[in-house]
Amino acid sequence: MPTNNDFQAEDTATAHASPAVELNRVSRLYGSFVALREISVTLAAGSSVVMLGENGAGKSTLLKVIAGLASPSYGTVSVFGENSKDQRGRVAYMSHSTMLYDELTGLENLTYFGSLHTDGASRSALRQRAAEALHEVGLEPSNTRRVGEYSQGMRQRASLARVLLSEPDLLLLDEPFSNLDVGSAQSMIKRLLDYVTRPSNSGLARTLLLTTHQFELAQPLAQSTLTLCGGRLVSLIETAA
Amino acid sequence: MNYTQQVLTHLRKDLRLEWRTKDSINGMLFFALLVVVVLAMAFDPASYPTMTRQISGGLLWVALLFAAMTALNQSWARETSNNVLDAHRLSAAPASALFVGKALANFLFVTAVEVVLAPIFTVFYNLQPLGQTWKLLIILPLGTWALVVNGTFFAALSLRSRNRETLLPLVLLPISMPALLAMIQATTAVLTGEFEPTLWIKVLVAYVIVFTTACVLLFQTILSAD
Repeated sequence: MPTNNDFQAEDTATAHASPAVELNRVSRLYGSFVALREISVTLAAGSSVVMLGENGAGKSTLLKVIAGLASPSYGTVSVFGENSKDQRGRVAYMSHSTMLYDELTGLENLTYFGSLHTDGASRSALRQRAAEALHEVGLEPSNTRRVGEYSQGMRQRASLARVLLSEPDLLLLDEPFSNLDVGSAQSMIKRLLDYVTRPSNSGLARTLLLTTHQFELAQPLAQSTLTLCGGRLVSLIETAA
Repeated sequence: MNYTQQVLTHLRKDLRLEWRTKDSINGMLFFALLVVVVLAMAFDPASYPTMTRQISGGLLWVALLFAAMTALNQSWARETSNNVLDAHRLSAAPASALFVGKALANFLFVTAVEVVLAPIFTVFYNLQPLGQTWKLLIILPLGTWALVVNGTFFAALSLRSRNRETLLPLVLLPISMPALLAMIQATTAVLTGEFEPTLWIKVLVAYVIVFTTACVLLFQTILSAD
């Protein structure tokens, strides 16, 4: 049973593996505002965790800290046993922003980002993979349109295609369903379920941590549910995915 | 993908973005032409050919320096919109490849402006170089790279500042002084033929080597800063 803000999420099949994420008394301050307060949590490799909490609870900050995009003010973070900043390429993060170039087409964007993660692939192979990634999120008909011309939902799906293209071991998603209709959200969930059940290139089980306000949608992905309130971790409960 | 291919991937992307938006080139060209035309109207270059030769090197580089500044700020603005820079921070590709690709793109943009500006400058200032003109083919690229490599680095450094447009010249101008001095002196030497530009070219080469190495090595730190 968790005590004193110490929580663990373990997938029984991968309980022996080194944890994907380990936070030890992590706090993050923005000036005098405390966004995260002494959070200690361990997420096993292969676990799929849904993070809940009201606006300003610290969900996005926690994802950024795990991704290595923000340093903790206090405490330590390790991802696959190492500093998160040393895990470039193994962690992918989808934020509220698309992290795509508005002036490039969906296909050009994904070919470009795909090339940053791939060794030795030809340009045509990269283009082919990018087209497949866009097809998987239902954007194939729009892959030659500039991202700046996409609707919010299409941008969201293009952004998901970008993070999945890098085949990460740890996938961090910040409110991935927020601008999607139910049909698009469900097909995104299907794609994510497929992602977590396939082992990664490095042989590790893939780990997923996502935040949402729409738990009923994300339920199929929730092996565990983590709840934040006022920057504190209040619970980590195993749920049936 | 090897390092060179990574650099070329970033370069291609920056060239494509510029081709579609023309944010950098248009601003630079307009600014540089404006400086050249206004200064040509301030005095009559045809009446003072010797003085014109003596000050033209300085005028040219000042016009290019300030024009380049507009492009340098713009080049990183593309990476911050939609938080694309965060995607680079998480990518497996070496951070320095992103820097080198962007510096090369900026170098090409400034060179394109120089190609347009040079004949206009020659006509407006009635310039007939008295030294070895071919040496300008060494001085111009070297000087441009010296401006661009530091400018790209310090533009990235000032990205997280609210006053980045103001901060860039404040940081870049003092640190570029040795390079500016060398490129102005070398250009003046070629235009006037009064002295040899070799020493100043050597200074410029040393500056370029030192600062390119430092910028490439330090860029990872800049990129991963909070």
